[in-house]
Amino acid sequence: MLASGIMDEDAGSMQRIIDCGAGAIVTKSIGIKARDGYPNPTVVELDHGILNAMGLPNPGIDEFGQEMGLLRTSTTPIIGSIYGATVEEFTMLATKMQQYGATAVELNVSCPHAKRYGLEVGCDPELLRTITSSVKKSINIPVFVKISPNVTDIVDIAKAAQQGHADAVVAINTVKAMKIDLETTRPILANKTGGYSGKAIKPIGVRCVFDIAQHITIPIIGVGGITTGEDVIEYIMAGACAVQIGSAVYYRGPEVFGLICKEIKQWMNAHGYKTLAELQGVAHR
Amino acid sequence: MNSPYVTSILKSTDEAADIKTFIFRYPGKIEPGQFFMIWVPGVDEIPMSVSLIQGDVKGITFRKIGDATTALYHLKKGDIIGVRGPYGCGFRLRGKHLLFVGGGTGAAMLAPMVEHARKKKLEAKVIIGVKTKKELFFEQRLTRSGATVVVSTDDGTKGFKGFASDLANDILKKEAIDSIYTCGPEPMMKAVFTHSKKIPFQASLERYMKCSLGICGQCCIGRGLRVCVDGPVFDRTTLKSVGDFGVYKRDAAGRKILF
Repeated sequence: MLASGIMDEDAGSMQRIIDCGAGAIVTKSIGIKARDGYPNPTVVELDHGILNAMGLPNPGIDEFGQEMGLLRTSTTPIIGSIYGATVEEFTMLATKMQQYGATAVELNVSCPHAKRYGLEVGCDPELLRTITSSVKKSINIPVFVKISPNVTDIVDIAKAAQQGHADAVVAINTVKAMKIDLETTRPILANKTGGYSGKAIKPIGVRCVFDIAQHITIPIIGVGGITTGEDVIEYIMAGACAVQIGSAVYYRGPEVFGLICKEIKQWMNAHGYKTLAELQGVAHR
Repeated sequence: MNSPYVTSILKSTDEAADIKTFIFRYPGKIEPGQFFMIWVPGVDEIPMSVSLIQGDVKGITFRKIGDATTALYHLKKGDIIGVRGPYGCGFRLRGKHLLFVGGGTGAAMLAPMVEHARKKKLEAKVIIGVKTKKELFFEQRLTRSGATVVVSTDDGTKGFKGFASDLANDILKKEAIDSIYTCGPEPMMKAVFTHSKKIPFQASLERYMKCSLGICGQCCIGRGLRVCVDGPVFDRTTLKSVGDFGVYKRDAAGRKILF
């Protein structure tokens, strides 16, 4: 599925990703009110990954309803990503997403660079459990919780999501990072710090999924640095049951979804596997 | 690597009221119609089309209009800027009798394409449309390339009185044009698009951009066409399927803004 934040702020873009073979779409993270995000530079490419601090730009939940409306007839699941600062904001946003026809909601409690939001919510297990259980009570579609590697112990956070009755955990969001330009002697990103994604963070994501899988029973959706079919196989072996793809849209274009599906099939054929379920969590043996 | 290359301004030229050209060293090939992301350290980073291509020396021409362009405008020779790119797909040469329609600062990014066409000995007619005479620039430069340059001003202070799209309409009725290139305010480009019926048509679109790498989705139009990667130049066939064209753009938050 498409990871949140990549070509998913308008219906046309999401439609193109569906055309390219994604099995599901996670929308841009949507909040109560419209937000411009940070000034540029918001994204910079580094040697082995992409560093960004977008600052949660989004048109706000009411205006986003128009985009969701255009996708009503889509047979591909649309998962509404939401962010908020309080329990009330999360439940209100989740209720709206359900009204708009979302198949599930994903709680963004892991954005590493927005004050009061994201990680500031997602590094407090008690608050996370309360938010998750309140959202669960307010809607009847599945609730996913996207968590951050920027915490002392990601397993504690995953457990809190499970205790809050989340239907799945999504791991990981970007890794806090910075790039300083030597000539101008200043950080390149306008926000100074950002989140690192892409190839460099795949081993970090795989480790997180592996550790979480040993401690929770709800499904894990793996995300972080997946660029090829073999990367997907690795996440599945670590214990993920599905994966999300983001930065690979830069490395290989929107067509990456179809390409990766083909590569997964090729690898499975070459190695004598018929279903991904046979591979799920095998690294734990 | 898509990270700013820090370079200093070699020369700054006043072109017209509030309009300047900066030239700087930036090695590498670039096609007319492609753009750079220009970083004004500590202020912002904005997309800007190339207006001059001379080997390793490149130029940008811009109007002081927002915070970023105002900060840029106040930089001087020797000051540093960050440049990354070039990005996007530029213009494609088609036909022998070409019509260029530039509105406002749109003429800046058409200029390298006009010069390229003239080097290939193609006939080039250029409309430079501005609000008023003191905003006019590149008339002499484009005339020197061998193009036929005609000017329109909204207030009639020079040349044809009226919109560039109306002048284009007159020319299309009288002359056999087999390819159109345009850049400027989108309603003007949409009008030229409509007037020119089936003539091959390429327009350079402007949208709020953030990543310029085709991932953030900020500049997407139609069915997920990324202006930064799939554009900024789009042809008639593509634009026909884009409901946004000439109708709305999106602000930094992704809200629709009608033209």
